[in-house]
Amino acid sequence: MIRSHVMICGGSGCTASGSKALQEAMEKELVAKDLQDEVKVVQTGCFGLCELGPIMVVYPGDVFYSRVTVDDIPEIVEEHLLKGRIVDRLVHEDEVLKEQVTSLNDTSFYQVQKRVALKNCGLIDPESIDEYLAMDGYVALQKVLQEMTPDDVIQVMLDSGLRGRGGAGFPTGLKWKFAKGYDAPQKFVCCNADEGDPGAFMDRSILEGDPHVVLEAMTIAGYAIGANQGYIYVRAEYPIAVQRLKIALDQAHEYGLLGKNIMETGFDFDIDIRLGAGAFVCGEETALMTSIEGNRGEPRPRPPFPAEKGLFQSPSILNNVETWANIPQIIINGPEWFAAMGTEKSKGTKVFALGGKIKHTGLVEIPMGTTLRTVIEEVGGGIPNGKKFKAAQTGGPSGGCIPASHIDVQMDYEHLAEIGSIMGSGGLIVMDEDNCMVDIAKFFLKFTVDESCGKCTPCRIGTRRMLEILDRITEGKGTMEDIDKLEELAYYIKENALCGLGQTAPNPVLSTIRFFRDEYIAHIQDKKCPAGVCTALLSYVIDPEKCIGCTMCQRNCPADAISVTDYVAEGHKKPSLAIDTDKCIKCGACMNNCKFGAISKQ
Amino acid sequence: MKSLEELARIREQTKAKIALREKEGAVRVVVGMATCGIAAGARPVLSTFVEEVNGSGIGDKVSVEQTGCIGICQYEPVVEIFDGDEKTTYVKMTADKAKRVVAEHLVKGNVVTEYTIGAAKV
Ligand SMILES: Cc1cc2nc3c(=O)[nH]c(=O)nc-3n(C[C@H](O)[C@H](O)[C@H](O)COP(=O)(O)O)c2cc1C
Ligand code: SF4
Ligand code: SF4
Ligand code: FES
Repeated sequence: MIRSHVMICGGSGCTASGSKALQEAMEKELVAKDLQDEVKVVQTGCFGLCELGPIMVVYPGDVFYSRVTVDDIPEIVEEHLLKGRIVDRLVHEDEVLKEQVTSLNDTSFYQVQKRVALKNCGLIDPESIDEYLAMDGYVALQKVLQEMTPDDVIQVMLDSGLRGRGGAGFPTGLKWKFAKGYDAPQKFVCCNADEGDPGAFMDRSILEGDPHVVLEAMTIAGYAIGANQGYIYVRAEYPIAVQRLKIALDQAHEYGLLGKNIMETGFDFDIDIRLGAGAFVCGEETALMTSIEGNRGEPRPRPPFPAEKGLFQSPSILNNVETWANIPQIIINGPEWFAAMGTEKSKGTKVFALGGKIKHTGLVEIPMGTTLRTVIEEVGGGIPNGKKFKAAQTGGPSGGCIPASHIDVQMDYEHLAEIGSIMGSGGLIVMDEDNCMVDIAKFFLKFTVDESCGKCTPCRIGTRRMLEILDRITEGKGTMEDIDKLEELAYYIKENALCGLGQTAPNPVLSTIRFFRDEYIAHIQDKKCPAGVCTALLSYVIDPEKCIGCTMCQRNCPADAISVTDYVAEGHKKPSLAIDTDKCIKCGACMNNCKFGAISKQ
Repeated sequence: MKSLEELARIREQTKAKIALREKEGAVRVVVGMATCGIAAGARPVLSTFVEEVNGSGIGDKVSVEQTGCIGICQYEPVVEIFDGDEKTTYVKMTADKAKRVVAEHLVKGNVVTEYTIGAAKV
């Protein structure tokens, strides 16, 4: 009889930090101690705390161990699983609460969170349909098929106020209503699991941790709009997600929850997986559909919108993975339940992938309208190394930055748009005083330049011209007119690019100019990078008064740029050294090797 | 293809199996499993509790846990039951006694006084 469950995270993050080996070691050790019939090992999806991985949670008691290694296994088995004593040394030290926290739900990282889309992630075995069923899985589908008309379903979606989580925030119910309104012999339901925003991984985690929720929700949508076929477009770089989706599809077929005559109601629906090659533009709805059709993933002009002529010229809907993950619970708990969370126009929760200069990187799900301050200081544990918060980027390469002066902004569609950023798909990158905002803008723009599909000129050529200007500025060769030129190009591209990629590409540049114009000016007029990032504007300098002439730097310089001068400072025995800035390649080796603090970056 | 009845059955069965992952505010049965407890035979007591609790359909209300040394080694195996503010300590437990505690105390709510530490001391 099983009396304890050991949950070991099998998400991508923890798999990378060795959770597979951990699971094998645990299973072996349990057999060695003859506990295999009392303790069950369960592989789960992501807990959201990947940085502390591999993660292990032991039930009963919800005891949370972080950074577990294979060597810790015998102790966990002997002490905790056999004798019931928690292994304190592996318990997480909470940086906000300043104490050891044994239960995952009591960590500052989890406390503020409200897990709806991530409800089952970390709690169930994603490869077991039975466990999904036990968490009320497929109850919503049964309710829809047995008790609701397609119009009822759409009304519930409209009333809930759910808006797309993939970026644009379009009301989901409305999208379905349009698609239902078109008469056609064939319609399609698509799932966007392309997740192209660099650093974002919420969709991957849902697919890895709770794949059935997407299948169930897509089937509900199929019933609502009158479609019998669905496609999940997922990037091939997500092998674990693809694998779990395949297992889930097989199980759903076996149980009669997909295929012909679902739940004996006469409704047919099936789902296929399509693998994407990972181009950012393929996340755009029309490009995604073109790619599913087997063509090169390029956007097409809208209208016609996909609701009228989408996949294979048929009425189609496309929703994001996280959007799907909310739907079964809305059906079960009712639209009012969902609409009670969040703000007036932004209902529910949003998952963010928290990254950059923050103590707890990971996945967090918070009610819409939570302030950025709460996310950074409480959930994220603040900025590491005592540095100051400078800005946060939402919406990745399509979004903008939120400066420290707006740290109390509520995170919802309206408030983020008001300050020139966007909700986006949920990437949230935190920057501290060591980040150069011009360099950040350049980073994101470089990404879009590389990812532009090249179909339309404003995007293909315009973004490249902008990047060239940014390059000039960061090399100290910019002029004040360059800022005006950047803005002019930006507005032109936003208005004239064919698809969302080009239309949003200038956003990071515009928002950094808006909030950090002084940094641009410092690069241009003073030829200085205030954060000390842009190498072309830095020079390493030796202070002759501090240098004692030990020649340590000279011996470590790879470019032979340092030589002995004939100046001997007062009280020193040997002459000081100096750097030839023309020869210096700015590697920083000299500064790292000077034991007397005589070298600085200016 | 599973019928709706089969689905419902799988759902209920699996619910019972994973119930131990989400029991807050439940009645807690804590079995002392330090070296002394194990030597005195705490393991069959623990497994009997687990089996009987699940077998009598109260698996969603009662969680069975272990703990280290309770500090009264002469009375091992010791089992403590926490129900809200109330704590009952059973001592010198066996598998058979465990069965009765589940049936009497956990299912019906009547403390089995003769097995408690109070009775043992007298
Ligand atoms: C360049 C570009 C990339 C996009 N990438 C994604 C993506 O990776 N995932 C996603 O769900 N939506 C992405 N979108 C948004 C989709 O076009 C679409 O709005 C969304 O999938 C609709 O689903 P939703 O209403 O549930 O958000 C992207 C849009 C653009 C313009
Ligand atoms: S290591 Fe420092 S003190 Fe020594 S010579 Fe170089 S700069 Fe001067
Ligand atoms: S930064 Fe590198 S190249 Fe430049 S002087 Fe120092 S060691 Fe030499
Ligand atoms: S992958 Fe394990 S916590 Fe995210």
